Parts: sequence; C-alpha cells; structure tokens
Amino acid sequence: MAAKKYEAGVKEYRQTYWMPEYAPLDSDILACFKITPQAGVDREEAAAAVAAESSTGTWTTVWTDLLTDLDYYKGRAYRIEDVPGDDTCFYAFVAYPIDLFEEGSVVNVFTSLVGNVFGFKAIRALRLEDVRFPLHYVKTCGGPPHGIQVERDKLNKYGRPMLGCTIKPKLGLSAKNYGRAVYECLRGGLDFTKDDENVNSQPFMRWRDRFLFVADAIHTAEAETGERKGHYLNVTAPTAEDMLERAEFAKELDMPIVMHDFLTGGFTANTSLANWCRKNGVLLHIHRAMHAVLDRNPHHGIHFRVLTKALRLSGGDHLHSGTVVGKLEGDRNATLGWIDLMRESFIPEDRSRGIMFDQDWGSMPGVFPVASGGIHVWHMPALVSIFGDDSVLQFGGGTLGHPWGNAAGAAANRVALEACVKARNEGRELEREGKEILTNAAKDSPELKIAMETWKEIKFEFDTVDKLDVVNR
Amino acid sequence: MAEIQDYISTPKYETFSYLPPMSPEELRRQIAYLINQGWNPGIEHVEPARASAYFWYMWKLPMFGEQSVDVVLSELEACHRAHPNHHVRLIGYDNYSQSQGTAFVVFRGR
Repeated sequence: MAAKKYEAGVKEYRQTYWMPEYAPLDSDILACFKITPQAGVDREEAAAAVAAESSTGTWTTVWTDLLTDLDYYKGRAYRIEDVPGDDTCFYAFVAYPIDLFEEGSVVNVFTSLVGNVFGFKAIRALRLEDVRFPLHYVKTCGGPPHGIQVERDKLNKYGRPMLGCTIKPKLGLSAKNYGRAVYECLRGGLDFTKDDENVNSQPFMRWRDRFLFVADAIHTAEAETGERKGHYLNVTAPTAEDMLERAEFAKELDMPIVMHDFLTGGFTANTSLANWCRKNGVLLHIHRAMHAVLDRNPHHGIHFRVLTKALRLSGGDHLHSGTVVGKLEGDRNATLGWIDLMRESFIPEDRSRGIMFDQDWGSMPGVFPVASGGIHVWHMPALVSIFGDDSVLQFGGGTLGHPWGNAAGAAANRVALEACVKARNEGRELEREGKEILTNAAKDSPELKIAMETWKEIKFEFDTVDKLDVVNR
Repeated sequence: MAEIQDYISTPKYETFSYLPPMSPEELRRQIAYLINQGWNPGIEHVEPARASAYFWYMWKLPMFGEQSVDVVLSELEACHRAHPNHHVRLIGYDNYSQSQGTAFVVFRGR
C-alpha cells in the first residue's frame, strides 16, 4: 500500500523513533542506555536519536527509505526512566527487531548498538547499561565451548571452587624457568596456572618453547599428585591464523585448556576460537584486557554486564569477573549480578544488582567466573562466600610470594580453600568466622600458617569509582 | 635458608584431600550437607593404582532419595570393609545440573 509521499528534509527523530505505546516483542533485542544529553536536548528527542542512530536512521530523510518497510526495521525508544541519584542523565529503553541482526553474530549486534551512536553530537555521553538477548537470538549462537558441568566432569573437580595462579613476573622469564614456576604451583595443589595476558610470543620466550615446557610441567605434576591439572596457554596472537596454529599445538600436547583475550583479540577471533575449542575438546579461558577502558566510566561506554553477555554468546568457559575483595575495581552487588549472568540459565531483572531485563539463556552452558587480582589466603572466606563453588579463584602474588616458594604457597591456598568449603558445608558463616576457620586449619599446615603471617595486614580499601546508580552521589 | 621448609608432593584425591582425615562427626556433617542440598548419595571405590581413571567401581547403586546420614555412613563403612585396600569416595549426584554436586574420598586405600 503506497500511502507515503517522499518529502526531503530533516525531521525530528521523535516523530519516527519515540514510541512510548510500543510493547516489546519476546523476540526483540532490548537495550538500556544511560543518556547524558547536551543542554537543550529533551529526553524524548535524545532517546529517539539513539534508537535511530543505532538502527535504521540517518540525520535526514532519504528517498530510499520508502523502498522498504522502515516501520518494521526501525529501533524504537519505548521507555524513559530517571537514574536514581543523578539528574544529569536518564535511562532510555530501546527495542530492536531481531531481523536487524545477523544470526550468531555478536559482532553485528555490537556494531549496531555501540557504533556511530556513541559519537553522536546531540548527546554528551552514552553508556550501554544492559542488553536483553531474546532466546530466539541466543539459540543462534554457539556459546561456551563446554560450560561448567562439562569442565568439572573433564577435570574431575567437584564440590569446591577451583584454584589458579598467574605466573609472575609477567614478562621476561625463559620458557624453562617459566615451566618450573608452573610445575611448582601445580604440584603444591593448584588446579590451574595461567599465562599473563601480555605473554604471547615475545623474544624472551617464544610460544612454542613455552608450550613444550608447560606441558612437561603439567604432566609431571599430574603424575605426582594424581590430580588433573591445566595451564591457560595464551593463544592470543597477531592474526587469527597464528591463534589457531597455537591452539592446534596445545591440543597436540594434550593440554586441556587454552586462553584468549576477547576484547583486544576481537569478537570475530574469539568466536572462531570458541568454535575450534568445541570441535577439538579444549577448554577456553577468557581474559578481559581493555574492559576497564569500556566499562569504568559510569556515564560513558559499555557496562561489564553487557560485555559478559557478549562473551557468553561468543564463547568461553571461564571469564574474569573481578574479585570484590582484591586490588581491582568491582562493586559487590554489581559483581554478583554479572556472575549470575555468567552461570545461571535464567536471570530475572534486579535493579539492586543493576540488571535491567530478564535474561533467558535457555540451555546455553554457563561460564566459570574467575576471581583474579590481588587476593591471598585471608580473602578466602569472603571469596568462597561471594563466589560459591562454580568459580575459579585465581591467585598471583598470593601463591608465588609465599616465603617458601610456589609449591608451599599453592598448598596454603588449597588448605585454606578446603577448610572454608568444609566449614561452609557445616553451616558456619565464613565471613564472620573466617579468622577462626583459617587459624584452625593452619594448625595442620605450616604452609598456611606462614602465608597468614606474611599477608595479614594487606587490605585494599579504596572507594569504587563505578558504583551502582542506586548509591551514586 | 634454615627457616625455609621443603615441600614434598604426595598423592592427593581432589576435594578435602589437603585436610587431615575427617573424624566420624565431621564426616556426618558433610553427609548431612550433601543430603540437604537435595543431592543423591553414591559410593565408588577403586584400587589406588587405578585412581586416576574417571570411572571407579560403583558400590551397589546411588542411594536415590536417601535422607538418613546413618544409612549413608553404614554403606561407606560396608564398602570399606569389603575393599579395605581401595579408595572409597562419596558422591552427591545433582540431577538438575546433571553433574556431581560434590565428591570426596572418605577412606584412602593402600
């Protein structure tokens, strides 16, 4: 039905893209933006502009608009809400029809949602707070190569969080000395060790040499302890071909897990690697370098809960989540929100955790949150309490800095962990009785006793920069 | 260097194997936790030389719906009496996650 006539010129966005009467479809992709408009731009117009610029719109009418059914394809700003405690900005909710996006492409979704619109002049700052992926779309994505249950079954680890350690110094060790550090941690009782994110294939340690010595360390530690071990071999590389070559070699060495940096490496590479891991039975650990560039500013960027969802769709079996208690930023309730988004099948809207939409993952496997950064044995009661069993507690200096070395440091970590899990199962309150639980466990573990004496006084009590909006100001 | 202690690796058995063996009362509390989680208790055993295999011998069948700590404890002891040189582990089958909620070795074999 040719009811419309072409009229050149600039229309207000609100005429086309502000639809407060719209009831979102179950299949729509929904986004919540926090918009800080320029002075003089009203809320409806700013919200409509964001909906337009992140979907079908451009700044002026074009005749080719009339060759399609724009009313079907356009994004719709359908709701506006105040941001609690902050008058400079507001929440705008936008619904996008599912056919705007290529199936199974996190890349395509984010190219639209966080594309040109973030540089748009009419808004001073813009933050993507949350995205609801409909189950229709979730089902087109591969997701985690294995997921929590399969990883537990492959590694034979049940009823407790797993333990890891990032090998330090970050840069400069030779491959053989590096393998030594790995071996010591694993024989002492850790489940995993990890390449630091910036360990790729530098002149001081080429990737192939590192993989060989690390494989030897793992096989030796497994034979000695009778437990299954792994090391996150970082296959992040300058090209996708190099990345896959490294992953293939890890598999040849019978290594259970590889690692990738999903933001610096990019979603395309990450999704390819996740598919390779699924096909080849190799677990995938995901690091998040660059996330704080995107997610730390409360008024601009992409919230980490959105990056979490992107990773769960693109694929990864582990994802760094922050620790709440360690040296890196992370509000407790917000962190609890995104670790639910990693692990659970259905996560209801919960504003107290910053979750703006129900999220249904259907049967998509869950991702292990990895708590990493500045943690040691004294943090263990809080970590077990906050993260529960389905997590990886990832130490660094908290293992390697033990006065007796890595193996003793690892044993101290493991004894502390098991004592906390045992106490929790007995119904004790870890965060209140933590000191007593650890002190008691240290009676049978000289390694733990020394660790507790070494790190007793260390605390990290800076204020969080990005707080949830309910507590801002 | 005198204050530094040497660390000697010994065979371990996953969860709780870095703690001293549990007293009967401590073991009861872990069994009670397993039951309270809604998991189904199961018992497995194996020769120590074959401990690294995924599949150990099943002791009878998993005790679906068992609510009695005493029953679970007596089955563990019966398994241990029948196979005194074997490792004996207790499993909590979680039929919702389709995995094991917990698993730990109760008797260490020789």
